[in-house]
Amino acid sequence: MNWKLAFNIAVTHLLTKKKQSIVAMLGVTFGISMFIIMISFMTGVNEFTEDMAMDNTPHIHIYKPLEIKDEKIIEANRSIGEDDWYVVTHQKPKNELSKIKNGLTLMQRLERMPEVKGVAPQLSTQVFYNNGPVKIPGNIYGIDVQRQAELFSLDKKMDVGDLNDLLKGSDVIIMGKGLAKTMGVHVGDRVNATTPEGGNINLKVVGIFSFGIASMDQTQSYAKLATVQKMMLKDPSYVTDLNVKMKDVNKAKALAQSLANQDGDLKFEDWEAANQSLLAGTQIRNIMTFVVCFTLLVVAGFGIYNIMNMNIINKMKDIAILKATGFQGSDVTGIFMLQSVMIGIAGAFLGLFIGFFFSFLLSRTPFPAGEFFRIDTFPVNFNPVHYIIGIFFGFLTTLFAGWFPSRKAAKVDPVAIIRG
Amino acid sequence: MATVLKSENIKKKFFQPTEFEVLKGLDFEVMEGEFFSITGKSGCGKSTLLYILSTMDTDYEGTLHIKGEQLTGKKQNVLSAFRNEHLGFVFQFHFLLPEFTALKNVMLPALKLGRYSEEEIEHRAIEKLRMVGMDEFALKHANKLSGGQQQRVAIARALVNDPAIIMGDEPTGNLDKANSMMVFDIFKQLAKENNQTIITVTHDLDFANGSDRIMEMEDGKILEIAPPKEASPYL
Repeated sequence: MNWKLAFNIAVTHLLTKKKQSIVAMLGVTFGISMFIIMISFMTGVNEFTEDMAMDNTPHIHIYKPLEIKDEKIIEANRSIGEDDWYVVTHQKPKNELSKIKNGLTLMQRLERMPEVKGVAPQLSTQVFYNNGPVKIPGNIYGIDVQRQAELFSLDKKMDVGDLNDLLKGSDVIIMGKGLAKTMGVHVGDRVNATTPEGGNINLKVVGIFSFGIASMDQTQSYAKLATVQKMMLKDPSYVTDLNVKMKDVNKAKALAQSLANQDGDLKFEDWEAANQSLLAGTQIRNIMTFVVCFTLLVVAGFGIYNIMNMNIINKMKDIAILKATGFQGSDVTGIFMLQSVMIGIAGAFLGLFIGFFFSFLLSRTPFPAGEFFRIDTFPVNFNPVHYIIGIFFGFLTTLFAGWFPSRKAAKVDPVAIIRG
Repeated sequence: MATVLKSENIKKKFFQPTEFEVLKGLDFEVMEGEFFSITGKSGCGKSTLLYILSTMDTDYEGTLHIKGEQLTGKKQNVLSAFRNEHLGFVFQFHFLLPEFTALKNVMLPALKLGRYSEEEIEHRAIEKLRMVGMDEFALKHANKLSGGQQQRVAIARALVNDPAIIMGDEPTGNLDKANSMMVFDIFKQLAKENNQTIITVTHDLDFANGSDRIMEMEDGKILEIAPPKEASPYL
């Protein structure tokens, strides 16, 4: 087959029917540009929500669960014979410390693992913040300031003050935005907190943070590990949680599993288990995006199919002449396929450009997200992979849409047309 | 003179609207360099025969040989290639590709054949256009030409690959006297000077009387194959 000749004829056909070619092309352009806009925005939103949640979600959360053991205390007594029976009603948990045994050693061991990015120790306790006569329940987390900043970018969530100010004094905390607002507290003010054990401590607020998640911003405060250990009257090795960040998120599940096999006493919870609802939401959004985009491309494909069909019906006479003068069915198919593909490629590139333009505009559009969200424009993701997919699909739909009419053209019987 | 086309017992049936035998077993031969006319009343099957001879219609019984090669039963692609190289067509309606210039129309079958380079093909196409007196319109679009001009371009297109046989289905059917005469002269010249065979189906008796032999058909059968009995005003 002579591609150069087929190309030549195809280009002449397209150029003599400019309006029709442009309309066909715009079908693809519209499909692809909508695809780009939709997918950029949707993945942008997904990434944003994921980031918001993942930033302060550990990939593996290690803690000591408080649970009632299946093994009954009385069972441990081996002197009971097989025929004896026993009843224990309403068994209570032992008064166990929620401390992770040798927590800091475990932390160092984990940090030496190649797939682990870092481990942040944490000590959490419930407290009541005393706001005059009103008591507001909340949590105080004792953290390793440097690790927390490095692994969970807590320093980037600061609205007022600096995270490092925590290191400068002993009884100082940073407080969630919502909580600070409820209490009417500003940086530099002091608050009273009461622990469940009855300890009372006076703390100075040196910063305000916000995660963009109301439930966290309205209850949490952070302090140095030592400050919280002091509040709880515990020793300096007392930590209740270890938050692990992985280098590759997807390896978290496997590592959590293997750690759990080594140490039955602790609970190793990976992020997928902890964030199932979030993941489901992301997945549903992804599916919706792809369904809508696919529909758009199919519609564009039908547009091309129709126009190519019309085109071929209009060109019946020309096809008959070409075949009479010695062009083969495959030449004719080639001519019309080339037209279709050229429409597709031109339309797809224009679509990418327009799609990029509008997603760029969208990424500059102010987004009234309320005070909790840490964004002021729409989240848009500019991923080159989407653009490659766009070109690929534009090409593919036109290939399909062109194929059937082109086959039809190849089968035209010249005698029937020429004899009329 | 050598035989260039041989038809052996060619039969064809139409099944629509009812079964009907159009060609009832035709045997004849056409010689190299011969100007051969097929005449007969409407419906006698002469056009049907021409499309079988042209290899475009493959649905028939009997056998067809052109240039000693049996074409009956060959695949469409083989036939296309054969048409491209050895046969030229001139139809009643001019059938040029309207998007292309006269020159490009003439060049297309040669480009398809690919025997010569593009420059050479262009050169040859202009030569053919000069032969039919259309060289000054070479760069005009086909749809801007008059009927007679289009028919001459179509003849140039039929000639571009120097085919052994040029077939015409009522090539003057749509033309006035002056243009008909011009087409006739070109055909005559091709047969005489280039030793190319001309086979035309025609209603135009003056045209047929100018040819070497006339095959008269009636009801799907050959009535007579003979040299013309009357003098043609075209000569």
